[in-house]
Amino acid sequence: MLQSTLLIKKLKKNKIMIQVKEISKKYGKAEVLNIQSLEIPTGESFGLVGNNGAGKTTLFNTMLDLVRPTTGAITNNNIQVNESEEWKTFTSSFIDETFLIGYLTAEEYFEFIGDLRGMNKADVQSFLAQFDEFFNGEILGKKKYLRDLSKGNQKKAGIVAAMMGNPKVVILDEPFANLDPTTQIRLKKIVKELTEDRDVTVLISSHDLSHVTEVCERIVVLDKGNVVKDIQTSPATLKELETYFSV
Amino acid sequence: MISHFLRLERKQYFRSSYWQTGIALKVIMVFFALYFLVTFLALGIGSFFIIRKIYPDADPLQVVNSYLVFAFLGDLVFRFLMQKIPIMNIQPLLILPIKKKSIVHFILTKSAFSFFNVMPLFFYLPFSVVLFGEGYNTAGVLGWFFAMIFLTLFNNYVNFLINKNQKIFFSLATVLAGLCAIQYFELYDISAAVGQVFDALYANPIFVFIPFALLLITYNLNFNYLKTRVYLDDAIKKDVKEVKSVDLSWTDRLGEVAPFIKNDIRLIWRNKRPKTVFLLSFLFVAYALIFFTQEVYEEKMPVFLIFASLFVTGGFVMNFGQFIPAWDSAYYKMLMSQNIKYRLFLESKWYLMVGMTFVLYLLSIPYIYFGVDKFLMITAGAIYNIGFNSILLLYAGSFNRKRIDLDKSAFANYQGTSATQFVVIIPILALPMLLFWIFKTTVSFNAGILSIALVGLLTLVFKKYFMNFIERKYIKDKYAAIHAFDQKA
Repeated sequence: MLQSTLLIKKLKKNKIMIQVKEISKKYGKAEVLNIQSLEIPTGESFGLVGNNGAGKTTLFNTMLDLVRPTTGAITNNNIQVNESEEWKTFTSSFIDETFLIGYLTAEEYFEFIGDLRGMNKADVQSFLAQFDEFFNGEILGKKKYLRDLSKGNQKKAGIVAAMMGNPKVVILDEPFANLDPTTQIRLKKIVKELTEDRDVTVLISSHDLSHVTEVCERIVVLDKGNVVKDIQTSPATLKELETYFSV
Repeated sequence: MISHFLRLERKQYFRSSYWQTGIALKVIMVFFALYFLVTFLALGIGSFFIIRKIYPDADPLQVVNSYLVFAFLGDLVFRFLMQKIPIMNIQPLLILPIKKKSIVHFILTKSAFSFFNVMPLFFYLPFSVVLFGEGYNTAGVLGWFFAMIFLTLFNNYVNFLINKNQKIFFSLATVLAGLCAIQYFELYDISAAVGQVFDALYANPIFVFIPFALLLITYNLNFNYLKTRVYLDDAIKKDVKEVKSVDLSWTDRLGEVAPFIKNDIRLIWRNKRPKTVFLLSFLFVAYALIFFTQEVYEEKMPVFLIFASLFVTGGFVMNFGQFIPAWDSAYYKMLMSQNIKYRLFLESKWYLMVGMTFVLYLLSIPYIYFGVDKFLMITAGAIYNIGFNSILLLYAGSFNRKRIDLDKSAFANYQGTSATQFVVIIPILALPMLLFWIFKTTVSFNAGILSIALVGLLTLVFKKYFMNFIERKYIKDKYAAIHAFDQKA
């Protein structure tokens, strides 16, 4: 029994979910992204770190087909993202607060996203119930528009919306920034649970090395658009990253 | 210190998004500004002679004086609705080593140069110059002129004191309405009575110290009020409105487009600019009254009746439709990363435009009073708006590359405007006018109207085909739109 689950894990692990092939992005003459090859297996919790301007958000935006690469292509579950939109049915994301609709309340926003992801009102209700602790009573029933919430609370709403509708791929850009310590810890727990049964692939970018080493089993370091490190997380990883960044 | 402030102001002005528009738009804006300037100047210079022509026995200055009380009260009501003290801008200054006193003085002084205070000058100044020319007493005219400036500024500061207090506003509006009624029904001649007060300013210019004192008092009241309140949780607080949710579950009957329709309804109702557009479209229903009540259009320029008829039902289609999809620019990226069918997004806008046009058409039924032919014109216009204009504006929207901030006022707001909005006027308005003109002159009035309705109907019949085409265009232009809507100019 144990062996068979291990086998399944191994099989799943071997399957590639996201594949980045020879991708580059140029704005005028400036090249902001240049990745020869990057493969993210199904169920991996993938961390992306790098200083400002390293190309983290550009890479995520390219994966989401919000920005076109100058060369190369990205496939998500064997679907090339800029050729078919099928990947959108199993991929969800939160990049920044422009992903929120400012004039809606949190409830209305979740209902809208739920509608798009095939959830009815009851589904949305029971889904949100799991996040009571994460919301800490600051999101639901507040009679406030999303635009009037604090940055941290906006982020909470956005992250939870990105988990709606059983996505297979979740992309979160800087999810820990602006969150209070308690919420950061709760978010780490949520991400770990999400990848536990190796079904959901989670991609996270962060400036916080300790958080990202804690939740991600693999960490890729970007610098000026290039992959400079690709590490399977081990107890030594945090030290290694700190040494790398303390230049 | 003041030079610092002035430098900041200059940069704020010239670096504002206002100037970062295309050259064509700049030319048009300058043209409009000049037009208003010249109009006001002409009014200022001309009104003296116009009044003398209408009331040959009266002193034009006294006639003007007698209406000033209405002007100032009306000004106050207008200010209440439109003007707000620009206090949010000072937030970054608070933590700098600048005395609060000078910050408050600065914003209060700055407000004196607002549009609302400069505009009246364009009347008072040329009017005073004409008075000089007509041989009025120099000291008297100077006294009167300065009194007008002081009173305008007095209004400026009174408005800040009222500070959006609804009760005071409604009592003010009631007083104004009451005064107008008393004057109109000739219960008491207010204008003459109050006019004498202003006449006294000319007769005894020394009285100018009274408005001046009023100005100083209100300035100081404002100063004292604000000085203790420049805190983030007080005067500089962003007002957060409590949400009033309305049940929109009735839209669920519309099926797949329902989530989008719900959003669009909330978009319109909860944001300043689309809300203004929505409310204005009801005003447009009355637009044709201007044309239908004047025989000259019927006899000589019936084409303009078509122009008016299109506006009766088209206010919403035209003003809302021209900025699709920029209304959703703030979160366009999110929509594009969601599993939505572009078609539904577009269809919901179409439903909205068609639904509103239909409502406006129902409201226009009383136009039958002006004759069945007029109502037929409006009907043809409505069909054209529903069929042709809605589809055309959806198509034109795919060229929109300008972001819109939903919370800015709609008045004189050119944000989101580009060449598209001007080019599109031709098929929206000129085409039906041309069709009508051709068929009316060659065949008959009815043929003219039918031709317009037919274009609308044909587009409606082939809607599916057009929507396919439009959808493809939007998908093709997706990246350009995402990029453009990201630019916060």
